[in-house]
Amino acid sequence: MTLLEIEALTAGYSAPVVGPLSLSLKRGEVIGMTGPNGSGKSTLLAALTGGARIFSGRIEKCPDLRISLQQQRPPAVEGIPFCAADLLALTGADPEGLPPWILSRLSARLDQLSGGQLQFFMLWACLCAPADLVLLDEPTNNLDPESVAFLKTVLCRIKAGGGSLLVVSHEQDFIGAVCDREVSLR
Amino acid sequence: MMSPFDPLFFDPFLTGCAFGIVLPLLGVYLRLRGEWLAALAFAQISAPGALLAVLFGVPSIAGGIAAAVLAAVFKQTFESAARKTRGTVYAILFLLGWSASVLLIVNLPVAERMGHALFDGQLYFTGRAHLINASVLTAVVFVFLRLVSKNLLLSHFFPDFFRARGLSERRAHYAFDLAAAIALALATASVGVMAAFALIFIPPLIAFKWGANWRRSTVIAAASGGFAHIAAFLLAIALDQPYGPLLTLLLIVMGGASQIFRAGSPS
Repeated sequence: MTLLEIEALTAGYSAPVVGPLSLSLKRGEVIGMTGPNGSGKSTLLAALTGGARIFSGRIEKCPDLRISLQQQRPPAVEGIPFCAADLLALTGADPEGLPPWILSRLSARLDQLSGGQLQFFMLWACLCAPADLVLLDEPTNNLDPESVAFLKTVLCRIKAGGGSLLVVSHEQDFIGAVCDREVSLR
Repeated sequence: MMSPFDPLFFDPFLTGCAFGIVLPLLGVYLRLRGEWLAALAFAQISAPGALLAVLFGVPSIAGGIAAAVLAAVFKQTFESAARKTRGTVYAILFLLGWSASVLLIVNLPVAERMGHALFDGQLYFTGRAHLINASVLTAVVFVFLRLVSKNLLLSHFFPDFFRARGLSERRAHYAFDLAAAIALALATASVGVMAAFALIFIPPLIAFKWGANWRRSTVIAAASGGFAHIAAFLLAIALDQPYGPLLTLLLIVMGGASQIFRAGSPS
């Protein structure tokens, strides 16, 4: 079953940034998207969720498609009394399955977490939210090798369970390890 | 000394209790969005609205609400411009509200008494109508926050996720701004401009410093506001002083102490 069909899409903000691009994503498929900085990877994700302007082409989504999108930049958390458990509850993500080294930080305020811990919780909140399609934007940013290895196993588990993902990353090894196929933007 | 449970003081006491809880609850969301200055603008702009209403024979509360709602609509209409100017729009609204109020008070004898009540923060002039308004507002705000809290938080922490789910950030913020504007207009009519602002600004400041999570922070904010109101109310009676300035002073002391005693911990 096709979840997403992109046809000759050109998207951007005040001017086109990415495209023309055609892509089809089926249920249970994991597609990796690579390309140099500024090639429009994040813009493509924004276009899929209504955050960027579509200049030409079309995006066809499966009816009632629930999309979860992990943003590349974490929000401002300094001084805000919000803990990691609050964060997961917001998207409906289950903390069960979190690795032990991060589980102990579940009740910590976000402004007391390291950049990597915050990134991991943000990632988990989007990755484990109820969704048909998960879009990840540079998920390995700020993560240490142990966290990246854990993330790989989680993504492989989601893929094995029939989950669909579109993963933007500049890390070729990571894309190669978790994705069924790769689309390169130039 | 009169008891706070004397009929003359009981209605104002309960009215203050309602605002002492509701305004801090709204304030934590304003602080989350970094828009606390908007609260000052809403409170101040509601004052000339209330004064003008008296001039035209309209209930002052209706005038205050209308002016504050207009300010909220203005804020939403020029949302992106307001963000770019880093709060300048709110400061201008505040100054506009202040200058219009003072000119109305000076030039219209009918507005003078009410003007002083709005600026001095004399809660004791409030009656049963204010208490009913405050009670209805409290009930509405509790239900409203229960409905929109998740969306307001989600749009702050996961704006892209929020949009990807087809939710409207603008709609959620618009509804919240209207609720905050109405609450501030009603509170301004009862406790005065600065006391209303102090209640929406300082308890969240304490809560953001001390709260371990969001739920606890809302409890801390509401408890701080409620405690400050009760203490200020009793002190005002005992010392025969105006309620608004005493409440504001007390909140400043509480806010300052909360920052000092929590110093050193990551905030």
